[in-house]
Amino acid sequence: MTAEPLLDLRNLDVFLGESHVLQGVSFAVQQGGITALLGRNGVGKTTTLRGILGLVSRSGSVRLEGVELTKMPVHEIVRLGVGYVPEDRDVFSGLTVTENLKLAERPGAPLRYELVYELFPELLERAAQKAGTLSGGQQQMVALARALLNGNNRILLIDEPTKGLAPLMVSRVAEALKRAAVLTTILLVEQNLAVARHLAKDAIVLDQGRVQFCGEIDRLVGDADLARRYLGLAAAEAH
Amino acid sequence: MSTIVLLSITGLGLGALYFLIAAGLSLIWGLMRVLNFAHGAFFTVASYAAWLAMTSLPSASPWLQWLVALVAGVVTGGVFATLAELILIRPLYRRPVGQVLVTVGLALATVALVEGFFGTDARTFALPVWLTQTSAIAGAAIPNTRLVVVIAAVAVLLLLLFFLQRTRYGLIVRAGVENRAMVSALGIDVQRAFTLVFAIGGMAAGLAGALGATYFGSIDPARGTSMLISAFIVVVIGGLGSVTGSALAAVIVGLLQQFLNFYAAAGVGDFAVVILLAVVLLVRPSGLMGGKA
Repeated sequence: MTAEPLLDLRNLDVFLGESHVLQGVSFAVQQGGITALLGRNGVGKTTTLRGILGLVSRSGSVRLEGVELTKMPVHEIVRLGVGYVPEDRDVFSGLTVTENLKLAERPGAPLRYELVYELFPELLERAAQKAGTLSGGQQQMVALARALLNGNNRILLIDEPTKGLAPLMVSRVAEALKRAAVLTTILLVEQNLAVARHLAKDAIVLDQGRVQFCGEIDRLVGDADLARRYLGLAAAEAH
Repeated sequence: MSTIVLLSITGLGLGALYFLIAAGLSLIWGLMRVLNFAHGAFFTVASYAAWLAMTSLPSASPWLQWLVALVAGVVTGGVFATLAELILIRPLYRRPVGQVLVTVGLALATVALVEGFFGTDARTFALPVWLTQTSAIAGAAIPNTRLVVVIAAVAVLLLLLFFLQRTRYGLIVRAGVENRAMVSALGIDVQRAFTLVFAIGGMAAGLAGALGATYFGSIDPARGTSMLISAFIVVVIGGLGSVTGSALAAVIVGLLQQFLNFYAAAGVGDFAVVILLAVVLLVRPSGLMGGKA
């Protein structure tokens, strides 16, 4: 008998305008560690995260520890313990670093400022700086810090955290995610297969709005045909 | 020299009224992307509430009457705006055309209702004696009403800045002006901030209604609508979502109107304001301080 999954999606459908982006997406994320959500550009990975959170209209079922989320407003879903780092970071550029973090504080949640500043000491140094004036890597630190800050998160939905970052910064973000994964479960959208493979044990592959693979990431990368078909040639060659 | 001082302070007084209406309009647009055409109705209803409060206390001292009128205006503006948000605007958040229609409808219906109850004629707004007098400033005899309106607007500006810069809800509003979806994604009930901003905007418009009655010495059903047009211009020039931008633009518009209407010809000031609006839209479409709460 298997334990109830932490996050359980059943037949998730999302339309964006006329486009049927998610077509009955179903998968489960077990408690602990990092699960990578993979696929080529435009297959619906970001939409899946946004659908879980309710940032796009969706039908189907999304359960967190058995609690149905689809009828809840976004802020209530987040308060249940769903942290989110969007693809474009979406830091509040007119607010300072401190204000960005303060905004992320949830009433009643234990706050992990120590962890955040240990992972990203630059944020302490630049506490009074407007987030809009930070470099891309530093903005990513703010975005990750906002999600890591609340100690009551059950799962973090993290969308392409290494996108557009310098190699050194990619390593730091990967290290931060590894540390975070000890404390909470992570569903990670990542285009960089090497990073995903380094961090995640399991993978879910989307293609044309449908789940094509669920299982161990090593099995995916080890299957040249699967990797070529759903992740592209470069990925297949990467194994 | 005395003429310049008089025109300056009168312009500032007019600008102060514009600011009180524009500040709420700007925040409402910035946070909620709602173009609130009913904002002038908040002004109108509040001015009549102030007048009713004043006339319902015939035996009270004139100052008490006036203070009660101000409070009645602020409370009425706030309650009216809150109810409008909860009942009419909230169901239409993702339907901008519906929002425009419902706020235009509310504005028209409110003016018609006020006309139905009170008639179309202006009603005199009785003031304490000091408010009907003038004070000498730099050789100019400045009507005390202008001074009071300017002081009140500065106080409101400071209060709004304190709210925005020093309180958690202010932080939420500033963040929401940038990206309200992300505010929700941080676990914040942004709808509550919407209601609060509407209430604050309504209270400021309500204060403008009561102070407008003080400034002009009378009230009439159409004034809210005419003030709203100038306030919209102020909001666009100042930058949508920026309270300080609205304050700056309100001062510029008020002074421009007063000076040009006096030194050029009546109506030239109003025309110049429209030209200024066009120039700002061409040169700096986001307004003087667009994007900053």
